[in-house]
Amino acid sequence: MAFFLETLLGGLMAGMLYSLVALGFVLIYKASGVFNFAQGAMVLFAALAMARFAEWVPLWTGISSPIAANLIAFIIAGGLMFVVAWVIERLVLRHLVNQEGTTLLMATLGISYFLDGIGQTIFGSDIYKIDVGMPKEPIFAFESLFEGGVLINKEDLYAAVIAAVLVAALSLFFQKTATGRALRAVADDHQAAQSIGIPLNRIWVIVWCVAGVVALVAGMIWGSKLGVQFSLTTVALRALPVVILGGLTSVPGAIVGGLIIGVGEKLSEVFLGPYVGGGIEIWFAYVLALVFLLFRPQGLFGEKIIDRV
Amino acid sequence: MSKKIGDVILDVKNISLSFGGVKALTDISFNVREHEVRAIIGPNGAGKSSMLNCINGVYTPQQGSITFRGQSFKHMDSHQVAVMGIGRTFQNLALFKGMSVLDNIMSGRNLKIKSNILMQALRIGPAEREEIMHREAVERIIDFLEIQAYRKTPVGQLPYGLQKRVDLGRALAMEPQVLLLDEPMAGMNVEEKQDMCRFVLDVNDEFGTTVVLIEHDMGVVMDISDRVVVLDYGKKIGDGTPDEVRNNEEVISAYLGTSH
Repeated sequence: MAFFLETLLGGLMAGMLYSLVALGFVLIYKASGVFNFAQGAMVLFAALAMARFAEWVPLWTGISSPIAANLIAFIIAGGLMFVVAWVIERLVLRHLVNQEGTTLLMATLGISYFLDGIGQTIFGSDIYKIDVGMPKEPIFAFESLFEGGVLINKEDLYAAVIAAVLVAALSLFFQKTATGRALRAVADDHQAAQSIGIPLNRIWVIVWCVAGVVALVAGMIWGSKLGVQFSLTTVALRALPVVILGGLTSVPGAIVGGLIIGVGEKLSEVFLGPYVGGGIEIWFAYVLALVFLLFRPQGLFGEKIIDRV
Repeated sequence: MSKKIGDVILDVKNISLSFGGVKALTDISFNVREHEVRAIIGPNGAGKSSMLNCINGVYTPQQGSITFRGQSFKHMDSHQVAVMGIGRTFQNLALFKGMSVLDNIMSGRNLKIKSNILMQALRIGPAEREEIMHREAVERIIDFLEIQAYRKTPVGQLPYGLQKRVDLGRALAMEPQVLLLDEPMAGMNVEEKQDMCRFVLDVNDEFGTTVVLIEHDMGVVMDISDRVVVLDYGKKIGDGTPDEVRNNEEVISAYLGTSH
């Protein structure tokens, strides 16, 4: 029982991190109807910026406290993501208003390569470390209930809490505010949104900026777990099934989808693995996503796809 | 009709618009007076929607200017147009399909919402009051358009005629001074057309909104409009009261064809 619980908790916390990346996809999709292929590149770019500035800031300013250095690096990287959002809107999106979704998708593919390249040109392409001082040592919970207790990785726990807070704030923003409503309106129809006075350009900057900050937080957490390197972009690929499962248009969907996949991966690996041979963790999410595409293409919480003939 | 028609509010001068070699509009001038119902008619491809899209800022005409309330523009910017108080509906519906009727119409209040994001998210005092105020305004529109029963329905699920009403409702929520209606009755049956006519006239009457509408149904146009502009192949061939236009030779030949 304790072992099951341990696996479950581990899965939940890993799932929270998937949710965080998935959230970036959902945000931009909700607000512009674009599937943002560049989300993975944004995560890498943000993480690179964060890692390098955390190195550089003490050298430039002589600040020795790692907390202060990390904080400053986080703020600079956040500012940089804002600049990236602004530039993307200026140079790319502004010229593609009222275009087909596919056109915009291709544009984000271009942005993705560009960000990968420029990120590594500016910040270097080695493996860097982000150390925000998250505790690494595990803790043992429920020791009174089970013998030996349940082992929880403290770092994962912190990461999950950060992700949960971010996700809660964003759902509130989308569902309860007029700006959130305006964002949803833009996603549905650019032209109509403009006709009722929603400033498309500003909305796009806002949403890419928010997605940038989400990418930064995701990059920071994943980066401190895995190290900041090019393979970080593949984290975005892990989030794809989450988005399909939860629905491209749903913030809560991204969370629940992330949790289901996180838990599913871990449980199936541990309990099914011995029977069918290991490695389930690698493909489980994708197979689950495939099943969903067949039977419920809009995902668990996505807006129902309505088409009149 | 006993309503008061005011001064010129919208003045379109010498508008020419072409797409490559195709001339959509050639040297079109006409004006719209405050509180009137002004119709733009013409056969298919006459340039009616292009004209509306120029006023609305979707297209930028190569020549000419548009004067709204004394301010002259070479190019209208879609967002700016909305801020100035010009609302519009679309020929091919452009509603926010995944959102409810309520949310669609609420989104029309976007420009009127003053409280900031943080206050809205936390529902602090003024934001809450503001939301309620806007919700009341939207409820009045819902009552007016008789779509109470569909408040929470995603608009994508509504029949076409009702979607057209929601489109009108969203534009009304802006409380525009000028309302541009692009074929509000296209594809409707007689009953739905009558309803829509009633709504357009009521909007014009009760709120004093100036209405510019494009319409194909001559019966409807002659009944509800004060003045009519007739376009054919991107040129203006007639302008005047319904009676004047009805008796205009050129208009008759454009619509009925001439015998040679």
